[in-house]
Amino acid sequence: MNVPTMAELAAKGESPEILFWVGCSGSFDDRAKRVTKAFVKILNVVGIKFAVLGTEESCTGDPARRAGNEFLFQMQAMSNIQVLNGYNIKKIVTACPHCFNTIKNEYPELGGTYEVIHHSTYLQQLINEGKIKLTGGGGFKGKKITYHDSCYLGRSNNIYEAPREVLQALDADLVEMKRCRTTGLCCGAGGAQMFKEPEKGNKDINVERAEEALLTGASTIAVACPFCMTMITDGVKSKEKEAEVKVKDLAELIAEAQGL
Amino acid sequence: MAVLQQIVFIITLAAAVFLIRKRVLRIRSNIRLGKDFEVTGDSGQRIKNTMLIAFGQQKMFKKFIPAFLHFFIYVGFLVINLEVLEFVVDGALGTHRVFAPYLGGLYNILMNVFEFLAVAVLLACVIFLLRRNVLKVARFQSAEMTQWPRMDANLILVIEIVLMTAILTMNATDQILQTRDDHYTATGSLLFSSFIIPLFQNLNTTTLVFIERFAWWFHIIGILGFALYVTYSKHLHIFMAFPNTYFAKLEPKGHISNMPVVTNEVKSMLGLTATPSVTPAEPGRFGAKDINDLSWNNLMAAYSCTECGRCTAECPANITGKKLSPRKIMMDTRDRMEEVGKSLQAGGPGLNDGKTLLNDYITKEEINACTSCNACVEACPVLINPLEIILELRRYVAMEESGSPAQWNSMFQNIETSFAPWKFSSADRFNWAKDEK
Repeated sequence: MNVPTMAELAAKGESPEILFWVGCSGSFDDRAKRVTKAFVKILNVVGIKFAVLGTEESCTGDPARRAGNEFLFQMQAMSNIQVLNGYNIKKIVTACPHCFNTIKNEYPELGGTYEVIHHSTYLQQLINEGKIKLTGGGGFKGKKITYHDSCYLGRSNNIYEAPREVLQALDADLVEMKRCRTTGLCCGAGGAQMFKEPEKGNKDINVERAEEALLTGASTIAVACPFCMTMITDGVKSKEKEAEVKVKDLAELIAEAQGL
Repeated sequence: MAVLQQIVFIITLAAAVFLIRKRVLRIRSNIRLGKDFEVTGDSGQRIKNTMLIAFGQQKMFKKFIPAFLHFFIYVGFLVINLEVLEFVVDGALGTHRVFAPYLGGLYNILMNVFEFLAVAVLLACVIFLLRRNVLKVARFQSAEMTQWPRMDANLILVIEIVLMTAILTMNATDQILQTRDDHYTATGSLLFSSFIIPLFQNLNTTTLVFIERFAWWFHIIGILGFALYVTYSKHLHIFMAFPNTYFAKLEPKGHISNMPVVTNEVKSMLGLTATPSVTPAEPGRFGAKDINDLSWNNLMAAYSCTECGRCTAECPANITGKKLSPRKIMMDTRDRMEEVGKSLQAGGPGLNDGKTLLNDYITKEEINACTSCNACVEACPVLINPLEIILELRRYVAMEESGSPAQWNSMFQNIETSFAPWKFSSADRFNWAKDEK
């Protein structure tokens, strides 16, 4: 696995085609790290010239802003923008919809304007361009997969089709949950809920969503967000279905289909 | 006698205009309690939103049955009010069906269209009453739908049914009178009211004249009274939906508005600006504690809400039994505005009455439950954004009170010290690449 950093490229006087923004989950969370690696493997195989910020990356500030701490958000945003502008970054790809939304929609007002692409869209583009070739590998043919819409891709940014097109490229049988696309149910982690216990209620949101996903009879629940990954995985576990039903990120499914 | 009727009519009309105007001005000053709000972006897109979403009811059609029924009431409202124009002219001049001789055959067509819509409105309102009170559709039964909101909804439906019945009764008796007295201008046959002619056929002329006049007066006073009632009711959406869709934000839903005051401070802290801070002398509160900390756009949205509950029905927190209900956020904002407005009108303390939107109306438990998933925003047929209000309240709690939940405060601390929401060393951020291979 080859993971160049911006610092290394800059030292050689080179610039990457894309900056892969890994995000905090992708860097620290064990489960999300597997997604990060799967995505890097795909980039390596396709031969995309990319780089990461490595230790120069830091939280976009999304959870701070959504929890109301605007100072902290802007401190994070400004210092990230300084780093990104310092490297003259033009195009950013990330596997986290929260990072995606924040950098794409909220950094421009603070002086950071980039082309920002979520990895679901990026993978779809690579498939459409024929750079990722799926030859029915990975044994997904005819298998039921359901896709859980991430709020920060779907309603927040109107990205509903790209992740589905990626799944269709696997030749899988894509089945929809009752609440999908614009009415997709949140996993329960957005708006900084990821970092606290839920308020008092009669059910956890992720359990409600996992039940709905299990009702489709799909053996794989595809996600495109590290927070959704955590929440839906926990929900499936609470229903003791983790042996039969796997929760996977789009990048992992593509990597698997390519035998990476 | 006729002159007396004209005088009574003109006085009634003037009184209605006076009261409605007074109330409209009160609502306007309530909305103006809000902070300035910069309207940016493409005004063409804004007009398009108004035309498609308010005028064209686009978002209503996500739920076909209520949309279909609502559409009849909406078109009925727009079209039948054309007839009110004739009522007003007749009332003021002492004429009867003043437009009939001028419009000829067209008048008959128009009246038949009005009658069709009156029947459609009537039926739609009956079905809506059944949905609320017999079928008990879930979104009308939530906790915030206390006695008054339920009563308000039922009253509106009953008033509309009664008003439509008055029109049909008036036309039925009028048609009988046309055969007995030249004063009643021929309208040609009116299909729907003809069905109820047999109910009145055997009555004597004096009784019929009385019923026809009673129905006429009942309808016009009913309409004027209803117009005044609407300004006190959730039904105000019939007007406010239009400006609300126009001023609704154009950015992607995931975008949260920036706080320029904070930007200036952060820039000077990071040494990014050599120029002295352009922060105003009195920056005001960070976030919102009360209605005057919200933008007038947020406040206007509260007057646009008709409490349909599509937002709450889609809210993941509400679905799983949490206290948060986006509809309640809008209802509370409106109730607080009304309270402050009433107090100001009476020369009272207004905003300084010891109460605030946060705590006295909306609790921290409610705002802390929001996942910012935008389901409520997506669900609203008139582009109301409860999430903006929730976020402003969270900003106040986080920045003015440091009163966020303890786990959020830890998360803030982690970001400050290790640049990630979890307590990991920032030096380890790139270790994932070294783990294998």
